[in-house]
Amino acid sequence: MISILRSIWLTFLHIFHKRETVEYPEVKPYLAPRYRGRIVLTRDPDRNERCVACYLCAAVCPVDCISLQAATGEKGRRHPEFFRINFSRCIFCGFCEEACPTNAIQLIPDFEMGEYIRQNLVYEKEHLLISGEGKYHGYNFYKHAGVAMGVKGKGEGDTEYKPVDVKDLMP
Amino acid sequence: MNYLWIILGVIFIALSIAAGLIWVERRLLSVWQDRLGPNRVGPFGLAQVIADTLKLFFKEDWVPPFSDKVVFTIAPGILMVTILLTFAVIPFGPEFCVFDSNIGVLFFLGNSSLGVYSIVLGGWASNNKYSLIGAMRASAQMLTYEVFMGLSLMGVVMMADTFSFSEIVEAQRGGWFILPQFLGFVVFFIAGIAETHRLPFDIPEAEGELIAGYHSEYSGMKFGMFFVGEYLGITLISAIIATMFFGGWLGPSFLPPVFWFLLKTFIFIGVFILLRASLPRPRYDQLMKLGWKLLFPIALLNLLVTGAILIFL
Ligand code: SF4
Ligand code: SF4
Repeated sequence: MISILRSIWLTFLHIFHKRETVEYPEVKPYLAPRYRGRIVLTRDPDRNERCVACYLCAAVCPVDCISLQAATGEKGRRHPEFFRINFSRCIFCGFCEEACPTNAIQLIPDFEMGEYIRQNLVYEKEHLLISGEGKYHGYNFYKHAGVAMGVKGKGEGDTEYKPVDVKDLMP
Repeated sequence: MNYLWIILGVIFIALSIAAGLIWVERRLLSVWQDRLGPNRVGPFGLAQVIADTLKLFFKEDWVPPFSDKVVFTIAPGILMVTILLTFAVIPFGPEFCVFDSNIGVLFFLGNSSLGVYSIVLGGWASNNKYSLIGAMRASAQMLTYEVFMGLSLMGVVMMADTFSFSEIVEAQRGGWFILPQFLGFVVFFIAGIAETHRLPFDIPEAEGELIAGYHSEYSGMKFGMFFVGEYLGITLISAIIATMFFGGWLGPSFLPPVFWFLLKTFIFIGVFILLRASLPRPRYDQLMKLGWKLLFPIALLNLLVTGAILIFL
């Protein structure tokens, strides 16, 4: 009985509390940098596409909304010929970002992507590709490891050892 | 001619309050939940009422093929008619009353009993198990609470020595009946919540367990009638509380009596909404237990003591 009256009174006191509502179009909410919103494809510091068309993101995507096709450029470097994300199916889980070995695909804090025509939610590579590096600065996949692709010589990567001559006995 | 204006005025006030309550309730609830509520459409979101009403009018009015169509159609109307009829006997001010009946209190009690039919028939005609369960709960709940809803008003009737609402108001010139009839007020208030099946006693609807209870199958303006009927019910109970226990239109004379009446009514509407914001829904058997084992004896006791005092003092 007392507790009922008490809860009525406490609810009444909420008149004097601060409003929690964010009046959205006028006041933008703060979104953390790691917020999982619209997906972008980024470039490395040399302004080359980071994506190497390895299909890992397409494979991990739980709703199969990524579609891409690999192509090989001159010097043998791979890049996606087309890269398509269907945002009407994407659930913004961020798995693609986790799977990507080159930090190419990234989710950014932008959620204002409503459309009147559903077809407009299918983003092609020209919509996805940005000219910057996104959240991870100064990272160039080819500088670290992997085959010589014109970025670095064999065994000259940041975290790479010189190749060992396996036929030599000297240390 | 004068009569016509009073009738139109009462209907206009009742219906516009009931429609406006859609907005008032949402705003007040949001105040108590630290939100802002609808504030986009028009000044303070007031045009939300128009938007909601228009939306209800343009919704598809679907009569389920498996239902009893005639009964299904008239059931929401019964609710509106019984409640609107009761507004006829309530004095909004001196001389501002459609029909100053000398059995006003009985008329109100009778009409609120008739309101049960609307819900029972609606739930029955829907031919849906959730509707039927809701309707059964509603009939049991409303019959239970009607018993001592009437009894709790009898104390006031005995003190004022009349069944007429306007004479009851006149009898409160010396002091409001809330003081001598406090127990009656508490019992009537709780019974009023149960009568209008408002939260926390919205057991016939109980969307957590029964989808929407007796109006699960209703859509469009038929649902709208149940919806507005509920708000009309709140307004009615608040108006009756103001009339029976808080001196009706009596008040300092620098403002017109109608204003005092509406002010008191609105305060109780606010309390109704506050209850919705703060209390959880009890279980069905708890509600029945509360009614029969606590409120009913209190109402009888109140009646007994009032009668004894009136006879022996
Ligand atoms: S965020 Fe999830 S659903 Fe969206 S594209 Fe990436 S893996 Fe697929
Ligand atoms: S975005 Fe990343 S994971 Fe997807 S294909 Fe390109 S490099 Fe592979």
